[in-house]
Amino acid sequence: MTESKMIEVAFRGTLGRFALDATFMVPATGVTALFGPSGCGKTTVLRCMAGLQRLSEGFCIISGDVWQDRTTFRPAYRRPIGYVFQEASLFPHLSVRRNLLFGAPRRRQISAATETHFNEVIDLLGLDGLLDRSPQNLSGGERQRVAVGRALLSEPKLLLMDEPLSALDRQTKDEILPFLERLHASLSLPVIYVSHDIAEVERLADNLVLMQAGRVVTAGRFSDVLSNPALPLALTKEAAVSLDAVVRSYDAKYGLATLEVDGGRFTAPMPSAPIGSRRRLTIAASAVSLTREPPRATTVLNILPATILSATPAGEHETVVLLGLGPGGSGSHLLARITQRSWDDLGLAEGMIVYAQVKGVALAPA
Amino acid sequence: MQDLPPDIWIAIRLTIELAATATVILLIVATPIAWWLSRSRARWKEAVAAIVALPLVLPPTVLGYYLLVLLGPSGPGGFVAGLWGARTLAFTFEGLVIGSVIYSMPFVVQPIRNAFDALGDRPLEVAATLRASPIRAFWTVAVPLARRGFLTGTVLGFAHTVGEFGIVLMIGGSIPGKTKVLSVAIYDYVETSQWHEASILAAGMVVFAFVVILSMMLIEKRVSRVGE
Repeated sequence: MTESKMIEVAFRGTLGRFALDATFMVPATGVTALFGPSGCGKTTVLRCMAGLQRLSEGFCIISGDVWQDRTTFRPAYRRPIGYVFQEASLFPHLSVRRNLLFGAPRRRQISAATETHFNEVIDLLGLDGLLDRSPQNLSGGERQRVAVGRALLSEPKLLLMDEPLSALDRQTKDEILPFLERLHASLSLPVIYVSHDIAEVERLADNLVLMQAGRVVTAGRFSDVLSNPALPLALTKEAAVSLDAVVRSYDAKYGLATLEVDGGRFTAPMPSAPIGSRRRLTIAASAVSLTREPPRATTVLNILPATILSATPAGEHETVVLLGLGPGGSGSHLLARITQRSWDDLGLAEGMIVYAQVKGVALAPA
Repeated sequence: MQDLPPDIWIAIRLTIELAATATVILLIVATPIAWWLSRSRARWKEAVAAIVALPLVLPPTVLGYYLLVLLGPSGPGGFVAGLWGARTLAFTFEGLVIGSVIYSMPFVVQPIRNAFDALGDRPLEVAATLRASPIRAFWTVAVPLARRGFLTGTVLGFAHTVGEFGIVLMIGGSIPGKTKVLSVAIYDYVETSQWHEASILAAGMVVFAFVVILSMMLIEKRVSRVGE
């Protein structure tokens, strides 16, 4: 078990009137989103993982390293973590540079490797030019980037992020998300990312732990959890699926890229796209409509044959249809949210082959 | 100023020595107390806080009385004095330092505790997640962030020790060069109708108090502009 690349977590206990009983196991690679409504205990789980909070029963093993069990409790400062709080929480009495280096391993001599690492993080987060400033003179977005950099420079084995964007306005969020996506793409560091904003999760997460009222509803690969109609996410109005795609060709004349996913191809407008680069497609359930015959002469670019895998009523008069692309529906999953009347009028049924018209595809680097 | 008798200069020197010594000891003793009061979740900690704050309300003569008993030949102070062959700690410079430390304690503990309280948990949690041990977090985060409290505590502790009278009289008496500090000297001058000397000293104390408070306010303003 010592070599297992898993994050195994179980916390049980009460905090005031709130009862937490959260158990999950996810791979120690990529970004794992801890997702759920406000007050469901996500942050508490994260704080317990960090050792900032101690519940009566706790169990936390990271890649075979025991951080907490019946007999062990490693205090926070002995856990190789990076923690990004909701508010940047920079030290006001230190410059940006000294904030960044606060947690950096103190070696007698600054080795070439340390310096390379420092420069990489500065580059990745665009911190050049802020180094000698005081945290007071930074914008909210800049501060949060410094906080991320400070956590990274402590050379963690696990990065914990507690809604790092929620204190920021929409515009600043959009300014930071690309940095986080680059982080995701360029570092092999496992990340636990707490959020209640599905849009952030869609852009970043590989795995998802879905929480509700102090309990874990489900944990697994993000795309599986998202498209599983048995789980509440698929039945919400904002339901969407995320698909990992590879750029196969690019038509410069129309500015359109062809992206291949498991079981199908999508066409989407993009400013430019290197062939072979990876993108993440997000397709909202409400942007997918179904026809039984292949439609002709339509403005919709993406029409894919798909097999109806299941249908689940959502609300009173709507149905969420789970579709499988590719032969027999064995490829990627799509969700379509249609009216109950359309379902009946078209005589749709499970196992039937239909054509999914996709009206909108959102793209993010993967 | 030439017409000031030399014993005034002795009293001034003694006062500064006493206040400086007491302030250094106060900072060393008050900092851990303030930290504990600020961080501990013990229910009885407010009782400890009340004991520390007692000198605020107790008449100095009451405090001086108990100190006299404690420091005297038959109290623990007498035992300690016996270690170097003396009979008592009362009526000695050391006794005055002990009395001053106790008397001025709330003026140092309170501002430092308030500053520690104002920190909240967050900066220390951040430090912990950056691998800082509690001791390192204390010195590199808590103390620098609480510097206004330390500044206020230092100035108040020093100034308050300079100004004390009742306790000094009870446990120190008025031995020139040993326990006769400025406040006692003024009293003695008045007793012996040396109005000229008394008024010079009194005016000096007013100027001293004014300069202390003004410079404290100015420094605080500067410090707060740099920090937070």
